[in-house]
Amino acid sequence: MDKILVGLKRVVDYNVRIRVKTDGSGVETDGVKMSINPFDEIALEEALRIRERGEASEVVVFSIGPSDAQQQLRTGLAMGADRAILVEAADAVDPLSAAKVITKLIEAESPELVILGKQAIDNDNNQTGQMVAALWDRPQATFASKVELADGKATVTREVDAGLETIEVDLPAVVTTDLRLNEPRYVKLPDIMKAKKKPLDTTPIADFGVAPDDAFEVSEYAPPPQRSKGVMVEDTAALVAALKDKGLI
Amino acid sequence: MSLDFDSARLPNRDLTEEHHAWRTQLRRFIDDEVMPHAAEWDEAGDIPAWLWTRAAALGLLRLGYPERYGGVSDGIDIWFHNIVNEELARLGVGGVAATLMVHNIGLPPVVNFASEAVRERVAPPVLAGDAHISLAITEPGGGSDVASLATTAVQDGDHFVVNGSKTYITGGMRANWFSTAVRTGGEGASGVSMLLIDADAPGVSRTELDRKQGWWASDTATIYFEDVRVPVAQLIGEREQGFKVIMNNFNSERLAMAVGMEAMARVCLEEAVEWARERKTFGKRLADHQVIRHKVAQMKQRLNATQGYLQLVSQQYEDGNVDAGDMALLKVQASETVEFCAREAMQILGGAGYIRGNRVERIYREVRVNAIGGGSEEIMRDLAARQYRF
Ligand SMILES: Cc1cc2nc3c(=O)[nH]c(=O)nc-3n(C[C@H](O)[C@H](O)[C@H](O)COP(=O)(O)OP(=O)(O)OC[C@H]3O[C@@H](n4cnc5c(N)ncnc54)[C@H](O)[C@@H]3O)c2cc1C
Repeated sequence: MDKILVGLKRVVDYNVRIRVKTDGSGVETDGVKMSINPFDEIALEEALRIRERGEASEVVVFSIGPSDAQQQLRTGLAMGADRAILVEAADAVDPLSAAKVITKLIEAESPELVILGKQAIDNDNNQTGQMVAALWDRPQATFASKVELADGKATVTREVDAGLETIEVDLPAVVTTDLRLNEPRYVKLPDIMKAKKKPLDTTPIADFGVAPDDAFEVSEYAPPPQRSKGVMVEDTAALVAALKDKGLI
Repeated sequence: MSLDFDSARLPNRDLTEEHHAWRTQLRRFIDDEVMPHAAEWDEAGDIPAWLWTRAAALGLLRLGYPERYGGVSDGIDIWFHNIVNEELARLGVGGVAATLMVHNIGLPPVVNFASEAVRERVAPPVLAGDAHISLAITEPGGGSDVASLATTAVQDGDHFVVNGSKTYITGGMRANWFSTAVRTGGEGASGVSMLLIDADAPGVSRTELDRKQGWWASDTATIYFEDVRVPVAQLIGEREQGFKVIMNNFNSERLAMAVGMEAMARVCLEEAVEWARERKTFGKRLADHQVIRHKVAQMKQRLNATQGYLQLVSQQYEDGNVDAGDMALLKVQASETVEFCAREAMQILGGAGYIRGNRVERIYREVRVNAIGGGSEEIMRDLAARQYRF
């Protein structure tokens, strides 16, 4: 296989306690640690392993986001990606617009495999991969926990509600990753230093001619209600009484 | 604004994407592979052999050394080192870093001043984590007064014959080599040379020092030399120029220790604040008692001062014009800060802090080794005062 395309979204690090901006317009990102969306890191790890097995020759990473998303792309290059593309967008991009941009990147790059995270941990939309497959008119294998390639096909084990499901898709295809697919590598210091010299191209999102999705609008961000403190009960009888008290049973 | 390890660090404009990436990867490695076991290793008094290999692969051991010996130096500046020392200090188990990173005091003399043949023999296996090197300067007769050291090396043909002993040598039980300060000439600093001594040379023996207040995971040894024959070719630097080598090493050791101490103090702040927000006394959170709030503010004040000072000296170090007096006083500033913060954090934690198994309790026990080792507070002030020639 020639090429694998992998998406890396810049998100608030999973260790950070999220704070909503006081005006409800979004979450606080000033001075907050940002990272590659963990599912995307898994996607890149999988692509690199495929390349290292000799089953692909190039891994290209892209991100759609602010110019600071270069940091995440550099990390991707340090992990081992061959080159990076930043589609620069100052404002948040809705899933459908992202999918349209990705489809255009696919047209330009003609990858045989596109690996994306099943969702980004910022908005947890879980839509982009599916939309890309539809727009590209190619098969999709979402929530992958295992990926094997042979004879122009991918055999993908998927994590579904009922357990595991194995499907076969013809390549080119879109795969989205679940948590158990792999454990991303530690990036070594020499690779961090070398990543500086790898190519990273930037294109403004306007060049893709994709209009934002009118049907998609974020009206307000609000923090979840504070959980009230729990109470310890002596035994089952006390538990039942307490629940009755609250009118819950 | 909270007061955790990261948010209590003042911004540093010199940090680039590569620095952040290095911190991220290091943090991940430490949190996943080291932090969960560190206290256990400390109690057991040793670290596992795989830690060296893994630390070498990641680049931790190789940082700052020339590529031709397996190091990573291209594009590396002082901030990469500071990040390592901060992140390792965040463990709150000083002994792990002390022994794992001991080559950072033992190897630079070799790489900077030894013959090419010696460098090629020693540096690659040390940087790969397969072999170990310690720095042996302190003697049973004294540590502060380096110029009076008593271990002798008398030339006999193309060898030196070494007699004497060294003590408090970190990593000494495991070391394959010692970068050793010896007397080849007359009295005083001008008679001191540095010599690379193989630990398995006939006449070298060692014993482990008795139990220590802290740094349990790190072995500390006394080394004895009895008519040990060492090739003259193993001189590190020129004969009787050993003091230059030693002084060169001290600056980087002191900076590394200061960075570690500031970070340990920050751990104390983080732990104390977290506890103060949870714990209730007299009907309100500890964090709502004015006395406790002031303790926190005082800790932060001293941390800020230490961090600002650290940034300045680090920049000077990077530019190659560090003032030895300022460096010495930085070490004192840092040890006084960690001493203060360990004390105040312990008071805030109360009885819970006194029970073994938490970071503040361990840091509390590691204040003194930092205030004494690598140049004691008294000696640092004396050195600074002499620099100022008043
Ligand atoms: C755990 C540990 C690990 C160590 N690892 C190493 C190592 O790897 N390699 C190595 O070479 N050394 C090592 N050391 C030794 C360390 O560097 C010395 O302990 C330190 O230099 C002080 O020397 P000393 O203990 O002999 O104290 P001394 O020199 O005997 O001093 C005792 C006290 O007197 C004070 N003092 C001395 N002279 C004066 C003066 N002129 N004016 C005022 N006060 C003075 C000192 O500040 C100190 O408080 C280690 C020490 C420890 C505890």
